[in-house]
Amino acid sequence: MTSAVSAADIAPTAYAWEILATGLKVRVGRKRMAVDGLDLSLGTGVHGLLGPNGAGKTTLIRTLATVLRPTEGTLELLGESVGGVAGMGEHRALRRRIGYLPQEFGYYKRFTVREFVEYMAWLKEVPKAEIPAAVQRAVERVGLADRADDRMKSLSGGMVRRVGIAQAIVNDPTVLLLDEPTVGLDPAQRLRFRELLQELGTDTCVLVSTHLVEDVAAACTDVVVFAEGRLVFQGPPDELASMGGPEHAGDSPLERGYSALLLNPEQGRGSW
Amino acid sequence: MSGERGERGEHASARIVEGYARGGAGLAADEVWAVEAHLEVCRGCRDRLSAAVGAGVPAVASLVDTVWSGLEPQLAATAPMPRGRRWSARLSRWMTPTMVPWLAMVVAVTLLALLLDLVGTGSGSGSGDVSLVLLFAPVLPVLGVAASWSRGLDPAYELTASVPRAGLQLVLRRTASVLGVVVPALLVGGWATGVMVAQWLLPCLAFTATTLALGGIVGVTRAAVALAAVWAAVVVAPTLAAGRTAFALRADGLPAWGLLLVLGIGVVIARRGAYSVLGAHR
Repeated sequence: MTSAVSAADIAPTAYAWEILATGLKVRVGRKRMAVDGLDLSLGTGVHGLLGPNGAGKTTLIRTLATVLRPTEGTLELLGESVGGVAGMGEHRALRRRIGYLPQEFGYYKRFTVREFVEYMAWLKEVPKAEIPAAVQRAVERVGLADRADDRMKSLSGGMVRRVGIAQAIVNDPTVLLLDEPTVGLDPAQRLRFRELLQELGTDTCVLVSTHLVEDVAAACTDVVVFAEGRLVFQGPPDELASMGGPEHAGDSPLERGYSALLLNPEQGRGSW
Repeated sequence: MSGERGERGEHASARIVEGYARGGAGLAADEVWAVEAHLEVCRGCRDRLSAAVGAGVPAVASLVDTVWSGLEPQLAATAPMPRGRRWSARLSRWMTPTMVPWLAMVVAVTLLALLLDLVGTGSGSGSGDVSLVLLFAPVLPVLGVAASWSRGLDPAYELTASVPRAGLQLVLRRTASVLGVVVPALLVGGWATGVMVAQWLLPCLAFTATTLALGGIVGVTRAAVALAAVWAAVVVAPTLAAGRTAFALRADGLPAWGLLLVLGIGVVIARRGAYSVLGAHR
């Protein structure tokens, strides 16, 4: 007889934080440290990752997705140590529980939406019997059920982005890493996406990198501001908003807080 | 209790099915749990439940009707899942969808080499005793392997690198499918031109293994380009210039190829973790 609840569902978690980085450094190219001494702990919820261009956001997300290896420091994901000396492991069990949407989301034009998400589910080692249902659920969650059997090349940019989100959530990840997921979404889709984020954030550790401060204000329980490879601020959006004054640039309290923080990173670092 | 637990061959009693349909406090919690677990797997008991609901519990029956009428417009808009999948989608488990043109090119090159060989043997002119099939055999799979793990040719390379299945297993799967296409083509070519199988198969496998081994360090595409260049400089150019088979391809060179193959496989196994990060895609 099949049991309704698997042993893995009721097992206690053996970690305090889904993502725990201590003194993390990641080298990109020969010399540049894109992530330079990062201490970060993230639990369940939606975390917005803000930072100027070139701050190392993409490198950080790639490292968390285990496709780049840390150069120094320790990184623990779901209690499992990543990289380091024993860095030759493939982290298969860990990767099954990670969802990842890269900044440049490449796809196969001749595949239909369903075929692509199915292919990704297969690559993520979703059990074969569960793939059709998991794919349907993921496609419905991003609102593409009516286009599921259309070729990817017939989709608009925003729809392609939603396919990217669907493939990221198809394995019901515990850690979800989204690199600029709202690029190309129109305002209505962005609203729907924020709802989805909040829904996912109730039982998943979601890290969303973005340029759009208003996305963070609307959907995130926690803001992480990152500049020059270091953490400048971590805390709730309200706290970031309270740091800005009328003299700082920006249209909303959160934007003013963000620009205040980037003007004087030292001051910000002491306050988290 | 065991009579209602839904072990194979045993089904929920009429009392339990009716009690479950009515709801409320008629059933103990463990009975509800057991009957729900059984209903999930037993179609017969689900039919009995729906009959019991229809006959005895109009409130639930009307609720179900309301839910259905609310769902129907949505169900009509959702396309039913197509039954069979296209073969190209299934093929993608063995090679990246962008690899088909590359394999076609590899086979075309083999056929062209074979054709030139046959024409050359027939007329007995030029580099008559140099087999082009033999000359190209080692580099053909290398091109296919490069295409299967490349940043430029696979748009979803970053996604692929991040999945649990990425790594040595997937690299070997794709390599095997490349060899599965190239080796039969070469086999036909070798048979038609009368070249000994080991004479081209061993260099072919050795080059493939070396590509993967180097690929774990500098990236598969770079490794393939470097090896193809080395092959052109060391073997193809001297052979064509001298008009006779280079030493590397003669039968006495076979142990060296065997050694290279074993070395390549050894390095690949020792560095198997390298294929699951972005570096291998360069």
